Amino acid sequence: MTHQPSSSEFLDGFLSAHGKKDVLRFITCGSVDDGKSTLIGRLLHDTKQIFDDQVTALEADSKKHGTQAGKIDFALLVDGLSAEREQGITIDVAYRFFSTEKRSFIVADTPGHEQYTRNMATGASNAELAILLIDARKGLTRQTKRHSLLVSMLGIKRVVLAINKMDLKAWSETTYRSIIRDFAGFAGHLGFSEIIGIPISALGGDNIAARSGATPWYSGPTLLEYLEKVPAGQSPLDGPLRFPIQWVARPDADFRGYAGTIATGKVAVGDRIRTLPAGTEARVARIVTYDGDIPAAVAGQSVTLTLDREIDASRGDMISGADHLPQVRDRLEARIFVTADREIRPGDVLLVKIGAAQATGTVESIAARIAPDTMARESADRLEANDIADVTIALDRPLAFDSYASNRETGGFILIDRESSDTAAMGLVLNGEQPERPRKLALVTGQESPANARPRPATARRAVSGEAISFALLGFLVTTGVAYTLTRDPGIALAIGVIDAALRVTLAIPHRLLWRGRG
Amino acid sequence: MTALALSQNGDFVASHSPAGARATARLTHLQRLEAESIHIMREIAAEAENPVMLYSIGKDSSVLLHLAMKAFYPAKPPFKLLHIDTGWKFREMIAFRDRRAAELGVDLLVHTNADGVARGIGPFTHGSEIHTDVMKTQALRQALTLHGFDAAIGGARRDEEKSRAKERVFSLRNAHHRWDPKRQRPEPWKIYNTRKRQGESLRVFPLSNWTELDIWLYIHQERIPIVPLYFAAKRPVVERDGVLIMVDDDRLPLAPGERPQERLVRFRTLGCYPLTGAMESPADTLEAVIRETLEARTSERQGRVIDKDGAASMERKKQEGYF
Ligand SMILES: Nc1nc2c(ncn2[C@@H]2O[C@H](COP(=O)(O)OP(=O)(O)O)[C@@H](O)[C@H]2O)c(=O)[nH]1
Repeated sequence: MTHQPSSSEFLDGFLSAHGKKDVLRFITCGSVDDGKSTLIGRLLHDTKQIFDDQVTALEADSKKHGTQAGKIDFALLVDGLSAEREQGITIDVAYRFFSTEKRSFIVADTPGHEQYTRNMATGASNAELAILLIDARKGLTRQTKRHSLLVSMLGIKRVVLAINKMDLKAWSETTYRSIIRDFAGFAGHLGFSEIIGIPISALGGDNIAARSGATPWYSGPTLLEYLEKVPAGQSPLDGPLRFPIQWVARPDADFRGYAGTIATGKVAVGDRIRTLPAGTEARVARIVTYDGDIPAAVAGQSVTLTLDREIDASRGDMISGADHLPQVRDRLEARIFVTADREIRPGDVLLVKIGAAQATGTVESIAARIAPDTMARESADRLEANDIADVTIALDRPLAFDSYASNRETGGFILIDRESSDTAAMGLVLNGEQPERPRKLALVTGQESPANARPRPATARRAVSGEAISFALLGFLVTTGVAYTLTRDPGIALAIGVIDAALRVTLAIPHRLLWRGRG
Repeated sequence: MTALALSQNGDFVASHSPAGARATARLTHLQRLEAESIHIMREIAAEAENPVMLYSIGKDSSVLLHLAMKAFYPAKPPFKLLHIDTGWKFREMIAFRDRRAAELGVDLLVHTNADGVARGIGPFTHGSEIHTDVMKTQALRQALTLHGFDAAIGGARRDEEKSRAKERVFSLRNAHHRWDPKRQRPEPWKIYNTRKRQGESLRVFPLSNWTELDIWLYIHQERIPIVPLYFAAKRPVVERDGVLIMVDDDRLPLAPGERPQERLVRFRTLGCYPLTGAMESPADTLEAVIRETLEARTSERQGRVIDKDGAASMERKKQEGYF
């Protein structure tokens, strides 16, 4: 007789596997009818999230509303609201949950319709990866480009091109390749760190959970394999400490604790911190939790801090490390996505909520409206729902924040209409943003997963020497310029510049190696 | 500017070299869920004028209450608990409710629709739909209006039911407590818009991103007390349309010749006893219940008689103000 594990043994086994699981939050985008609902229904079904009674209900539903001539219509698993079903479209962000043995997933399923840009932006704001669905018959559409731009603006670095309905293109490798080539040509500027194309059929389940027999020419991972493997759930610990104060806990006269969620970085007892915008310095005395005091806490944790001295800080203030301070300003340069059905014009007064802080903001000017499919800048004197634009907002008091590019957690905000109370826009802080340096792409062959790819040494060395040369050139120009301004002697200036450049070139690589060796 | 290039066989497009991979620490999934829920509770406590926490005594409510104790520690939660008592809850639920409130030292309000009681509304005389509407939906609206609560924190999860998947964490209700799925607010990052007009109120769901399994595992991890009805025991039941109903008191009308049978059963969800199906199960420990949940082939809501009223019934009920 085989040994039947007891329930507690069973649970211990399960927990030791489950406890290590992390979670990947991703977003799916596609145009109407590309097969997004079918794909998500598939993912849920093939990862066994669907229970018997739901399958029974689905079979009944498929007969009544389905588009699959009585066969199971997976799209019905996810088309939740009856208002949507009647219209046959998905109108709002829906959140789905599934898990495999390796990982848990939270999917923001966002609508494809052009007028729902706002819903997509919402879903993208919390996602680490985007699946862009493409109908193999149509190839890249204007919608695909819009979605890619939005996803890149909101800071998502990884993109899966799920090339769907390959069954209707006879699983043509040529079709697959040409779509990928088109996308590569278009997305080069968008700052993605990784793009992968997977040929699928959502309807048939090909290359989703199971490898398809129809694509012998494709050696990459199935969609699920890829989703299980990409790095996920990482909190930026090496970022500077950002702790927006949400709540001041005062159970009695002796205790004053600042409660909040660590947005980025980490904090330990004894650390020097500052509260902003006031700038008052203090040290962390205790990190208090219901389960007892802890010596240190990291990004993502909700904790309560007490400080070594009485200071006047309240909800909306930000605690940061004493050295790497956020910006404190009363003017926001920002890119906004208009979410409410109202116009926004210069002079409009709205509430600004950034972290736990709130202020009144006046739209000073609209620098440009951004065309969502080409990113072209157009002039505009008013903005409407779903517009994307760069604006300047004057605040009635200074607030602490970072640029969105440097910190996704503390660089996003919302604008609230004071009368309707609706969320009028969501925004990304541009203040103080460094223009992103173009990055080198490492090539990946079909045999290795891009998630694990390491740059080949040759590539790395070439990148270093390229960097050294451009650095030297820059140094040469600046030094020569400065020397000339000081001496007014072109000869001496040039000589100083050349020496500077030569030193930089010869020292760059050893210097880099020195630092590498330490890391 | 570097253009993307295709690899030899073209399968992948490209990947940036992950130079200087960032130092990271991993919180477990449950730690993340816990932190998110605590964050949400503090937001509503800070921004609402008069918030309340709906306490339905079930396992989700037990988790919610536990999280509230954590969120404001070392202080007590800055809001009261509200239980809408339909008069038909399991007796063990009521005993558990009063015991927990006393142990934790939290303020508990209990509201029953007195008008419904006067009219004799009950599941047997009026059917599940009218009973739920009068004793639960209308009762909740009465209580919120009576106490002037402008925000109600509840334990609903998005994975429970299809129409819930689109529910926001902060969900606006108009002056008639109705939900308008077309007027939902975007919720980017962790920033929630809690502002509302006169008469409007909010429903807040800190457990939105939890699944049933997460709830069980968290109860296990944190040793959170739950009503014993979740564990198998011999209980008197009758079988109605294939659903096992527990005979919790003598108000359950028996057909001529019908005899309650002692069966080994437990409950996956708890509500009004005449509307809540039991399942046969030997799982009498938390470990055994979690194991059965992992191996389950039917969804949690199956035992709820109310969901069978129609495919889109939950959405309709919500629009009418059911939580
Ligand atoms: N042949 C084929 N049809 C598909 C595939 N995926 C989806 N469809 C069909 O395309 C239509 C639109 O799919 P749906 O999932 O509702 O699209 P959505 O609007 O993007 O959610 C439906 O009739 C699907 O059955 C596929 O891989 N192959």
